[in-house]
Amino acid sequence: MRPFDYTRPPSLAEASYLTASDGALAIAGGTNLLDLMKLQVETPGTLADINRLGFAQIEDAADGGLRLGALATNTETAVHPRVRNDYPVLSRAILAGATQQLRNKATNGGNLCQRTRCFYFTNIDQPCNKRDPGSGCGAIEGIAKLHGILGTSDKCIATYPGDMAVALSALDATVEIAGDAGERSVSVRDFHCLPGDTPWIENVLEQGEIITGITLPAPVGGTQIYRKVRERSSYAFALVSIAAIIELKDGRFERADLAFGGLAHKPWHDDRITDLLQGKSPSAELFDKAADLLLENARGFGENDFKIPLARRTLHAVLSQASGDAA
Amino acid sequence: MADTITVNETPYPLPEDPRVTLLDFLRHQVGLTGTKKGCDHGQCGACTVIVNGIRINSCLTLAAMHDGDSITTIEGLGTPDAPSALQRAFHDHDGFQCGYCTPGQICSATAMLEELANNWPSDASGDLTSPVTISGEEIRERMSGNLCRCGAYANIIAAIEEVANGDVA
Repeated sequence: MRPFDYTRPPSLAEASYLTASDGALAIAGGTNLLDLMKLQVETPGTLADINRLGFAQIEDAADGGLRLGALATNTETAVHPRVRNDYPVLSRAILAGATQQLRNKATNGGNLCQRTRCFYFTNIDQPCNKRDPGSGCGAIEGIAKLHGILGTSDKCIATYPGDMAVALSALDATVEIAGDAGERSVSVRDFHCLPGDTPWIENVLEQGEIITGITLPAPVGGTQIYRKVRERSSYAFALVSIAAIIELKDGRFERADLAFGGLAHKPWHDDRITDLLQGKSPSAELFDKAADLLLENARGFGENDFKIPLARRTLHAVLSQASGDAA
Repeated sequence: MADTITVNETPYPLPEDPRVTLLDFLRHQVGLTGTKKGCDHGQCGACTVIVNGIRINSCLTLAAMHDGDSITTIEGLGTPDAPSALQRAFHDHDGFQCGYCTPGQICSATAMLEELANNWPSDASGDLTSPVTISGEEIRERMSGNLCRCGAYANIIAAIEEVANGDVA
Protein backbone atom coordinates (compact mmCIF):
# COMPACT_ATOMS: atom_id res chain seq x y z
CA MET A 1 0.00 0.00 0.00
CA ARG A 2 1.12 3.56 -0.67
CA PRO A 3 1.47 5.70 2.48
CA PHE A 4 -1.62 7.61 3.62
CA ASP A 5 -2.79 9.67 6.56
CA TYR A 6 -5.33 7.81 8.67
CA THR A 7 -7.85 10.01 10.41
CA ARG A 8 -11.07 9.52 12.27
CA PRO A 9 -13.26 12.59 11.77
CA PRO A 10 -15.44 13.22 14.83
CA SER A 11 -18.58 14.15 12.91
CA LEU A 12 -20.34 13.52 9.64
CA ALA A 13 -19.80 17.16 8.69
CA GLU A 14 -16.08 16.84 9.25
CA ALA A 15 -15.94 13.54 7.35
CA SER A 16 -17.72 15.22 4.48
CA TYR A 17 -15.36 18.21 4.58
CA LEU A 18 -12.29 15.93 4.61
CA THR A 19 -13.41 13.66 1.81
CA ALA A 20 -14.35 16.60 -0.41
CA SER A 21 -10.61 17.05 -1.07
CA ASP A 22 -8.87 15.28 -3.93
CA GLY A 23 -7.12 12.11 -2.82
CA ALA A 24 -9.19 11.65 0.32
CA LEU A 25 -11.51 8.67 0.69
CA ALA A 26 -13.90 7.50 3.37
CA ILE A 27 -13.40 3.98 4.69
CA ALA A 28 -16.11 1.88 6.34
CA GLY A 29 -15.81 -1.93 6.22
CA GLY A 30 -12.84 -1.61 3.91
CA THR A 31 -13.18 -5.07 2.36
CA ASN A 32 -13.15 -3.68 -1.18
CA LEU A 33 -11.16 -0.46 -0.66
CA LEU A 34 -8.19 -2.05 1.15
CA ASP A 35 -8.04 -4.77 -1.48
CA LEU A 36 -7.83 -2.07 -4.18
CA MET A 37 -5.24 -0.13 -2.15
CA LYS A 38 -3.02 -3.22 -1.97
CA LEU A 39 -3.30 -3.48 -5.76
CA GLN A 40 -2.59 0.28 -6.01
CA VAL A 41 -5.78 0.73 -7.99
CA GLU A 42 -6.66 3.17 -5.21
CA THR A 43 -3.91 5.35 -3.74
CA PRO A 44 -5.62 7.79 -1.38
CA GLY A 45 -3.46 10.31 0.48
CA THR A 46 -5.99 10.42 3.30
CA LEU A 47 -8.31 7.77 4.68
CA ALA A 48 -11.19 9.07 6.77
CA ASP A 49 -12.48 6.25 8.97
CA ILE A 50 -16.23 6.82 9.33
CA ASN A 51 -16.97 3.58 11.22
CA ARG A 52 -17.74 5.22 14.54
CA LEU A 53 -20.00 7.99 13.27
CA GLY A 54 -23.03 6.07 14.46
CA PHE A 55 -25.33 5.56 11.49
CA ALA A 56 -25.37 1.80 11.95
CA GLN A 57 -28.92 1.30 13.20
CA ILE A 58 -31.65 -0.67 11.48
CA GLU A 59 -34.93 0.89 12.52
CA ASP A 60 -38.56 1.24 11.55
CA ALA A 61 -39.16 4.06 9.07
CA ALA A 62 -42.24 6.16 8.47
CA ASP A 63 -45.15 4.52 6.62
CA GLY A 64 -44.17 1.01 7.72
CA GLY A 65 -40.84 0.95 5.90
CA LEU A 66 -37.43 0.08 7.27
CA ARG A 67 -34.30 2.23 7.41
CA LEU A 68 -30.97 0.45 7.07
CA GLY A 69 -28.06 2.46 8.45
CA ALA A 70 -25.25 2.80 5.94
CA LEU A 71 -22.79 1.47 8.53
CA ALA A 72 -24.89 -1.56 9.46
CA THR A 73 -23.07 -4.60 8.15
CA ASN A 74 -24.41 -6.78 5.38
CA THR A 75 -24.77 -9.57 7.95
CA GLU A 76 -26.69 -7.40 10.43
CA THR A 77 -29.03 -6.51 7.58
CA ALA A 78 -29.52 -10.03 6.20
CA VAL A 79 -30.26 -11.54 9.63
CA HIS A 80 -32.48 -8.73 10.89
CA PRO A 81 -35.93 -10.21 11.77
CA ARG A 82 -37.82 -7.57 9.78
CA VAL A 83 -35.64 -8.02 6.71
CA ARG A 84 -36.10 -11.80 6.87
CA ASN A 85 -39.86 -11.46 7.33
CA ASP A 86 -40.80 -8.47 5.22
CA TYR A 87 -38.02 -8.19 2.61
CA PRO A 88 -36.81 -11.77 2.08
CA VAL A 89 -35.49 -10.91 -1.40
CA LEU A 90 -32.96 -8.61 0.31
CA SER A 91 -31.83 -11.23 2.85
CA ARG A 92 -31.50 -13.74 0.02
CA ALA A 93 -29.49 -11.39 -2.19
CA ILE A 94 -27.06 -10.48 0.59
CA LEU A 95 -26.61 -14.12 1.66
CA ALA A 96 -25.93 -15.08 -1.97
CA GLY A 97 -22.92 -12.74 -2.11
CA ALA A 98 -19.34 -13.02 -0.82
CA THR A 99 -18.59 -15.06 2.32
CA GLN A 100 -19.68 -14.82 5.93
CA GLN A 101 -16.34 -13.23 6.89
CA LEU A 102 -16.75 -10.52 4.24
CA ARG A 103 -20.43 -9.89 4.94
CA ASN A 104 -19.58 -9.52 8.64
CA LYS A 105 -17.32 -6.56 7.82
CA ALA A 106 -18.84 -5.08 4.67
CA THR A 107 -21.34 -2.28 5.23
CA ASN A 108 -24.52 -1.40 3.37
CA GLY A 109 -23.16 1.94 2.17
CA GLY A 110 -19.90 0.37 1.07
CA ASN A 111 -21.74 -2.40 -0.74
CA LEU A 112 -23.49 0.20 -2.93
CA CYS A 113 -20.12 1.84 -3.68
CA GLN A 114 -18.15 -1.33 -4.39
CA ARG A 115 -16.11 -1.35 -7.58
CA THR A 116 -16.27 -3.67 -10.56
CA ARG A 117 -14.22 -6.88 -10.52
CA CYS A 118 -13.16 -6.36 -14.16
CA PHE A 119 -9.68 -7.90 -14.61
CA TYR A 120 -8.44 -4.81 -16.46
CA PHE A 121 -9.67 -2.43 -13.76
CA THR A 122 -7.87 -4.32 -10.98
CA ASN A 123 -4.56 -4.73 -12.86
CA ILE A 124 -2.63 -1.47 -13.03
CA ASP A 125 -0.49 -2.73 -15.92
CA GLN A 126 -3.58 -3.09 -18.14
CA PRO A 127 -5.51 -0.42 -20.02
CA CYS A 128 -8.74 0.70 -18.33
CA ASN A 129 -10.73 3.84 -19.03
CA LYS A 130 -12.33 3.61 -15.60
CA ARG A 131 -9.05 3.57 -13.67
CA ASP A 132 -6.93 5.52 -16.16
CA PRO A 133 -9.18 7.61 -18.44
CA GLY A 134 -8.06 7.53 -22.08
CA SER A 135 -5.97 4.37 -21.74
CA GLY A 136 -8.57 2.25 -23.52
CA CYS A 137 -10.73 -0.71 -22.57
CA GLY A 138 -8.93 -4.05 -22.50
CA ALA A 139 -12.10 -6.04 -21.95
CA ILE A 140 -13.92 -5.14 -25.18
CA GLU A 141 -11.70 -7.49 -27.17
CA GLY A 142 -10.27 -9.36 -24.19
CA ILE A 143 -11.29 -11.23 -21.05
CA ALA A 144 -14.97 -10.40 -20.80
CA LYS A 145 -16.80 -13.33 -19.26
CA LEU A 146 -18.13 -11.30 -16.33
CA HIS A 147 -18.87 -8.25 -18.43
CA GLY A 148 -21.98 -6.38 -19.44
CA ILE A 149 -24.42 -7.00 -22.27
CA LEU A 150 -26.74 -4.06 -21.55
CA GLY A 151 -25.96 -0.34 -21.42
CA THR A 152 -22.29 -0.76 -22.31
CA SER A 153 -20.27 1.90 -24.14
CA ASP A 154 -17.22 1.86 -26.38
CA LYS A 155 -15.27 3.09 -23.33
CA CYS A 156 -16.29 0.46 -20.77
CA ILE A 157 -18.22 -2.81 -20.56
CA ALA A 158 -17.70 -3.51 -16.83
CA THR A 159 -20.49 -4.75 -14.58
CA TYR A 160 -21.58 -3.62 -11.17
CA PRO A 161 -20.72 -6.76 -9.17
CA GLY A 162 -23.07 -6.59 -6.17
CA ASP A 163 -26.14 -8.60 -5.24
CA MET A 164 -27.65 -6.44 -2.49
CA ALA A 165 -28.35 -3.49 -4.77
CA VAL A 166 -30.18 -5.72 -7.26
CA ALA A 167 -32.69 -6.61 -4.54
CA LEU A 168 -32.84 -2.95 -3.45
CA SER A 169 -33.68 -2.00 -7.04
CA ALA A 170 -36.56 -4.50 -7.20
CA LEU A 171 -37.76 -3.11 -3.85
CA ASP A 172 -37.41 0.47 -5.15
CA ALA A 173 -35.39 1.51 -2.08
CA THR A 174 -34.12 5.03 -1.47
CA VAL A 175 -30.49 5.98 -0.80
CA GLU A 176 -29.96 8.77 1.73
CA ILE A 177 -26.93 10.97 1.22
CA ALA A 178 -25.35 13.71 3.32
CA GLY A 179 -22.82 16.26 2.18
CA ASP A 180 -21.64 19.81 2.37
CA ALA A 181 -24.81 21.06 0.68
CA GLY A 182 -27.09 19.21 3.10
CA GLU A 183 -29.03 16.00 2.77
CA ARG A 184 -30.71 14.48 -0.24
CA SER A 185 -32.14 11.16 -1.27
CA VAL A 186 -32.23 9.32 -4.59
CA SER A 187 -33.95 6.17 -5.76
CA VAL A 188 -31.51 3.28 -5.78
CA ARG A 189 -32.56 2.81 -9.40
CA ASP A 190 -30.96 6.18 -10.17
CA PHE A 191 -27.96 5.82 -7.84
CA HIS A 192 -25.62 3.95 -10.19
CA CYS A 193 -24.65 5.29 -13.63
CA LEU A 194 -24.08 3.73 -17.01
CA PRO A 195 -20.47 4.06 -18.23
CA GLY A 196 -21.05 6.28 -21.29
CA ASP A 197 -18.01 8.45 -21.97
CA THR A 198 -17.19 8.77 -18.25
CA PRO A 199 -16.84 5.22 -16.87
CA TRP A 200 -14.97 6.51 -13.82
CA ILE A 201 -18.25 8.03 -12.64
CA GLU A 202 -20.04 5.03 -11.16
CA ASN A 203 -22.74 6.65 -9.06
CA VAL A 204 -24.31 10.02 -8.31
CA LEU A 205 -22.26 10.74 -5.16
CA GLU A 206 -20.42 14.03 -5.38
CA GLN A 207 -17.01 14.37 -3.77
CA GLY A 208 -17.56 14.76 -0.03
CA GLU A 209 -20.98 13.15 -0.05
CA ILE A 210 -21.48 10.12 2.20
CA ILE A 211 -24.31 7.58 2.21
CA THR A 212 -26.02 7.61 5.60
CA GLY A 213 -28.79 5.08 5.04
CA ILE A 214 -31.08 3.13 2.76
CA THR A 215 -34.83 3.25 3.24
CA LEU A 216 -37.07 0.39 2.20
CA PRO A 217 -40.71 1.17 1.40
CA ALA A 218 -43.52 -0.51 3.36
CA PRO A 219 -43.52 -4.29 2.83
CA VAL A 220 -45.24 -5.41 -0.36
CA GLY A 221 -45.46 -9.15 0.31
CA GLY A 222 -45.77 -11.34 -2.77
CA THR A 223 -43.39 -14.09 -3.77
CA GLN A 224 -39.85 -12.81 -3.40
CA ILE A 225 -37.06 -14.57 -5.24
CA TYR A 226 -33.35 -13.90 -5.69
CA ARG A 227 -31.96 -16.24 -8.31
CA LYS A 228 -28.22 -16.06 -8.90
CA VAL A 229 -26.50 -18.01 -11.66
CA ARG A 230 -22.76 -18.35 -11.08
CA GLU A 231 -19.86 -20.62 -11.87
CA ARG A 232 -19.73 -22.27 -8.45
CA SER A 233 -22.48 -22.60 -5.90
CA SER A 234 -20.97 -20.28 -3.29
CA TYR A 235 -18.63 -17.30 -3.18
CA ALA A 236 -18.76 -16.26 -6.83
CA PHE A 237 -20.01 -13.16 -8.61
CA ALA A 238 -23.22 -13.38 -10.60
CA LEU A 239 -23.13 -14.18 -14.29
CA VAL A 240 -26.83 -13.34 -14.27
CA SER A 241 -29.01 -12.67 -11.25
CA ILE A 242 -32.65 -11.67 -10.89
CA ALA A 243 -34.43 -10.16 -7.91
CA ALA A 244 -38.18 -10.58 -8.29
CA ILE A 245 -41.22 -9.53 -6.29
CA ILE A 246 -44.22 -11.19 -7.88
CA GLU A 247 -47.86 -11.29 -6.90
CA LEU A 248 -50.61 -13.07 -8.78
CA LYS A 249 -54.31 -12.36 -8.40
CA ASP A 250 -56.97 -14.46 -10.08
CA GLY A 251 -54.30 -16.11 -12.22
CA ARG A 252 -52.85 -12.82 -13.46
CA PHE A 253 -49.77 -10.79 -12.56
CA GLU A 254 -50.81 -8.13 -10.08
CA ARG A 255 -47.25 -7.09 -9.34
CA ALA A 256 -43.99 -7.94 -11.12
CA ASP A 257 -41.05 -5.88 -9.92
CA LEU A 258 -37.82 -7.21 -11.38
CA ALA A 259 -34.19 -6.18 -11.30
CA PHE A 260 -31.20 -7.84 -12.93
CA GLY A 261 -27.58 -8.24 -11.83
CA GLY A 262 -24.49 -9.23 -13.79
CA LEU A 263 -25.74 -7.62 -16.98
CA ALA A 264 -24.72 -3.98 -16.76
CA HIS A 265 -22.76 -1.21 -15.04
CA LYS A 266 -25.71 -0.91 -12.65
CA PRO A 267 -28.53 -3.09 -11.37
CA TRP A 268 -30.79 -3.21 -14.40
CA HIS A 269 -34.41 -2.24 -14.09
CA ASP A 270 -36.88 -1.78 -16.94
CA ASP A 271 -40.38 -0.51 -16.16
CA ARG A 272 -41.59 -1.80 -19.52
CA ILE A 273 -41.22 -5.39 -18.27
CA THR A 274 -43.43 -4.67 -15.27
CA ASP A 275 -45.97 -2.96 -17.53
CA LEU A 276 -45.95 -5.86 -19.98
CA LEU A 277 -46.55 -8.49 -17.30
CA GLN A 278 -49.13 -6.60 -15.26
CA GLY A 279 -52.66 -7.98 -15.64
CA LYS A 280 -51.61 -10.84 -17.91
CA SER A 281 -51.76 -14.58 -17.28
CA PRO A 282 -48.40 -16.30 -16.98
CA SER A 283 -47.33 -18.24 -20.06
CA ALA A 284 -44.12 -19.21 -21.79
CA GLU A 285 -45.02 -16.83 -24.65
CA LEU A 286 -45.45 -13.94 -22.20
CA PHE A 287 -42.11 -14.73 -20.51
CA ASP A 288 -40.47 -14.73 -23.94
CA LYS A 289 -41.92 -11.29 -24.68
CA ALA A 290 -40.56 -10.05 -21.34
CA ALA A 291 -37.13 -11.43 -22.26
CA ASP A 292 -37.40 -9.78 -25.70
CA LEU A 293 -37.90 -6.42 -23.98
CA LEU A 294 -35.05 -7.00 -21.55
CA LEU A 295 -32.63 -8.06 -24.27
CA GLU A 296 -33.70 -5.96 -27.27
CA ASN A 297 -30.47 -3.94 -27.18
CA ALA A 298 -28.26 -6.66 -25.70
CA ARG A 299 -24.79 -7.02 -27.16
CA GLY A 300 -22.16 -9.63 -26.29
CA PHE A 301 -18.40 -9.23 -26.51
CA GLY A 302 -17.36 -12.77 -27.36
CA GLU A 303 -16.64 -14.39 -24.01
CA ASN A 304 -19.89 -13.13 -22.52
CA ASP A 305 -22.19 -13.88 -25.47
CA PHE A 306 -23.65 -16.72 -23.39
CA LYS A 307 -25.21 -14.18 -21.04
CA ILE A 308 -27.87 -13.29 -23.62
CA PRO A 309 -29.53 -16.74 -23.72
CA LEU A 310 -28.69 -17.25 -20.03
CA ALA A 311 -30.57 -14.08 -19.05
CA ARG A 312 -33.56 -15.23 -21.11
CA ARG A 313 -33.61 -18.67 -19.47
CA THR A 314 -33.10 -17.27 -15.99
CA LEU A 315 -36.02 -14.88 -16.48
CA HIS A 316 -38.17 -17.80 -17.65
CA ALA A 317 -37.15 -19.82 -14.60
CA VAL A 318 -37.92 -17.02 -12.15
CA LEU A 319 -41.30 -16.16 -13.69
CA SER A 320 -42.28 -19.84 -13.86
CA GLN A 321 -41.24 -20.40 -10.26
CA ALA A 322 -43.18 -17.34 -9.11
CA SER A 323 -46.32 -18.30 -11.05
CA GLY A 324 -46.37 -21.84 -9.68
CA ASP A 325 -49.14 -23.84 -11.30
CA ALA A 326 -50.57 -20.83 -13.10
CA ALA A 327 -47.99 -20.92 -15.92
CA MET B 1 -9.54 6.80 21.12
CA ALA B 2 -8.27 3.79 23.09
CA ASP B 3 -4.68 3.11 22.13
CA THR B 4 -4.59 -0.66 22.50
CA ILE B 5 -5.96 -3.76 20.84
CA THR B 6 -6.70 -6.74 23.05
CA VAL B 7 -5.49 -10.02 21.59
CA ASN B 8 -6.41 -13.21 23.44
CA GLU B 9 -7.07 -11.08 26.53
CA THR B 10 -3.71 -9.27 26.47
CA PRO B 11 -3.60 -5.57 25.43
CA TYR B 12 -1.06 -4.46 22.81
CA PRO B 13 -0.24 -0.95 21.55
CA LEU B 14 -1.48 0.02 18.08
CA PRO B 15 1.08 0.02 15.27
CA GLU B 16 2.56 3.37 14.28
CA ASP B 17 2.10 2.87 10.53
CA PRO B 18 -1.62 3.01 9.60
CA ARG B 19 -0.97 0.70 6.64
CA VAL B 20 -0.49 -2.30 8.94
CA THR B 21 -3.34 -4.74 8.48
CA LEU B 22 -4.75 -6.56 11.47
CA LEU B 23 -3.15 -9.71 10.02
CA ASP B 24 0.36 -8.23 9.85
CA PHE B 25 -0.12 -6.69 13.30
CA LEU B 26 -0.95 -10.11 14.79
CA ARG B 27 1.91 -11.89 13.06
CA HIS B 28 4.69 -9.31 13.26
CA GLN B 29 3.92 -7.02 16.18
CA VAL B 30 2.15 -9.39 18.57
CA GLY B 31 4.19 -12.36 17.36
CA LEU B 32 1.25 -14.75 17.04
CA THR B 33 1.95 -16.56 13.78
CA GLY B 34 -0.90 -19.06 13.98
CA THR B 35 -3.01 -16.69 11.87
CA LYS B 36 -1.85 -17.25 8.29
CA LYS B 37 -1.41 -15.04 5.25
CA GLY B 38 -2.71 -16.95 2.24
CA CYS B 39 -3.90 -14.66 -0.54
CA ASP B 40 -3.89 -11.34 1.40
CA HIS B 41 -7.00 -10.34 -0.60
CA GLY B 42 -9.92 -11.83 1.34
CA GLN B 43 -10.31 -14.78 -1.00
CA CYS B 44 -8.91 -17.72 0.99
CA GLY B 45 -9.88 -17.23 4.64
CA ALA B 46 -6.54 -18.40 6.07
CA CYS B 47 -6.34 -15.12 8.02
CA THR B 48 -9.77 -15.50 9.68
CA VAL B 49 -9.86 -14.24 13.27
CA ILE B 50 -12.70 -13.45 15.65
CA VAL B 51 -13.22 -9.75 16.48
CA ASN B 52 -15.66 -9.05 19.31
CA GLY B 53 -17.22 -12.44 18.64
CA ILE B 54 -17.53 -11.98 14.85
CA ARG B 55 -15.32 -13.74 12.27
CA ILE B 56 -13.61 -11.54 9.70
CA ASN B 57 -10.68 -11.64 7.26
CA SER B 58 -7.85 -9.96 9.17
CA CYS B 59 -6.05 -9.16 5.89
CA LEU B 60 -8.79 -6.76 4.79
CA THR B 61 -8.89 -4.50 7.80
CA LEU B 62 -6.39 -2.07 9.30
CA ALA B 63 -5.13 -2.59 12.83
CA ALA B 64 -5.66 1.15 13.35
CA MET B 65 -9.41 0.60 12.92
CA HIS B 66 -9.53 -1.82 15.87
CA ASP B 67 -8.47 0.17 18.93
CA GLY B 68 -10.52 -1.05 21.86
CA ASP B 69 -11.54 -4.24 20.06
CA SER B 70 -11.04 -7.73 21.39
CA ILE B 71 -9.42 -10.22 19.00
CA THR B 72 -9.35 -13.99 19.39
CA THR B 73 -6.83 -15.95 17.30
CA ILE B 74 -6.22 -19.68 17.03
CA GLU B 75 -3.78 -19.36 19.95
CA GLY B 76 -6.61 -18.02 22.12
CA LEU B 77 -8.98 -20.92 21.44
CA GLY B 78 -7.02 -23.67 23.19
CA THR B 79 -3.62 -25.18 23.86
CA PRO B 80 -2.08 -28.52 22.88
CA ASP B 81 -2.91 -29.76 26.38
CA ALA B 82 -6.38 -28.24 26.49
CA PRO B 83 -7.67 -27.92 22.90
CA SER B 84 -11.08 -26.49 22.10
CA ALA B 85 -13.78 -28.90 20.94
CA LEU B 86 -13.14 -27.93 17.31
CA GLN B 87 -9.37 -28.16 17.64
CA ARG B 88 -9.78 -31.68 19.04
CA ALA B 89 -12.32 -32.63 16.35
CA PHE B 90 -10.04 -31.41 13.53
CA HIS B 91 -7.28 -33.54 15.04
CA ASP B 92 -9.49 -36.60 15.54
CA HIS B 93 -10.97 -36.39 12.01
CA ASP B 94 -7.67 -35.55 10.32
CA GLY B 95 -9.30 -32.32 9.07
CA PHE B 96 -6.15 -31.06 7.33
CA GLN B 97 -3.17 -32.12 5.29
CA CYS B 98 -0.52 -29.39 5.13
CA GLY B 99 -2.26 -27.46 7.93
CA TYR B 100 -1.79 -23.96 6.49
CA CYS B 101 -5.51 -23.18 6.25
CA THR B 102 -6.33 -24.92 9.56
CA PRO B 103 -6.13 -21.96 11.99
CA GLY B 104 -8.46 -19.98 9.71
CA GLN B 105 -10.77 -22.97 9.31
CA ILE B 106 -11.01 -23.46 13.08
CA CYS B 107 -11.47 -19.75 13.91
CA SER B 108 -14.11 -19.55 11.19
CA ALA B 109 -15.92 -22.68 12.39
CA THR B 110 -15.79 -21.49 16.01
CA ALA B 111 -17.64 -18.27 15.12
CA MET B 112 -19.93 -20.17 12.75
CA LEU B 113 -21.23 -22.29 15.64
CA GLU B 114 -22.25 -19.06 17.39
CA GLU B 115 -24.02 -17.93 14.21
CA LEU B 116 -25.91 -21.23 14.13
CA ALA B 117 -26.79 -20.84 17.81
CA ASN B 118 -28.13 -17.37 17.00
CA ASN B 119 -30.15 -18.89 14.14
CA TRP B 120 -28.61 -16.76 11.40
CA PRO B 121 -29.74 -18.07 8.02
CA SER B 122 -27.41 -18.81 5.10
CA ASP B 123 -27.80 -19.07 1.34
CA ALA B 124 -28.38 -22.80 1.87
CA SER B 125 -31.26 -22.30 4.34
CA GLY B 126 -34.60 -23.35 2.93
CA ASP B 127 -36.59 -20.93 5.02
CA LEU B 128 -35.41 -17.60 6.37
CA THR B 129 -37.67 -17.59 9.39
CA SER B 130 -37.66 -21.15 10.76
CA PRO B 131 -34.85 -22.54 12.93
CA VAL B 132 -31.75 -23.51 10.97
CA THR B 133 -31.21 -27.26 10.55
CA ILE B 134 -27.56 -28.30 10.67
CA SER B 135 -26.50 -30.28 7.62
CA GLY B 136 -23.42 -30.86 5.51
CA GLU B 137 -24.89 -28.50 2.93
CA GLU B 138 -25.34 -25.73 5.53
CA ILE B 139 -21.80 -26.18 6.83
CA ARG B 140 -20.28 -26.18 3.34
CA GLU B 141 -22.08 -22.94 2.45
CA ARG B 142 -21.16 -21.26 5.74
CA MET B 143 -17.51 -22.32 5.40
CA SER B 144 -17.14 -21.31 1.72
CA GLY B 145 -14.87 -18.44 2.73
CA ASN B 146 -12.18 -20.89 3.88
CA LEU B 147 -10.34 -22.63 1.08
CA CYS B 148 -8.19 -25.75 1.53
CA ARG B 149 -5.82 -26.33 -1.36
CA CYS B 150 -5.08 -29.85 -0.12
CA GLY B 151 -8.77 -30.60 -0.48
CA ALA B 152 -9.29 -31.95 3.03
CA TYR B 153 -12.89 -30.76 2.92
CA ALA B 154 -14.54 -34.10 3.66
CA ASN B 155 -12.75 -34.39 6.98
CA ILE B 156 -13.11 -30.68 7.76
CA ILE B 157 -16.89 -30.99 7.34
CA ALA B 158 -16.95 -34.17 9.44
CA ALA B 159 -15.06 -32.44 12.25
CA ILE B 160 -17.32 -29.39 12.25
CA GLU B 161 -20.49 -31.44 11.92
CA GLU B 162 -19.57 -33.52 14.96
CA VAL B 163 -19.09 -30.45 17.14
CA ALA B 164 -22.09 -28.63 15.66
CA ASN B 165 -24.41 -31.52 16.41
CA GLY B 166 -23.02 -31.87 19.90
CA ASP B 167 -23.27 -28.17 20.69
CA VAL B 168 -26.37 -27.00 18.93
CA ALA B 169 -28.73 -29.85 18.06
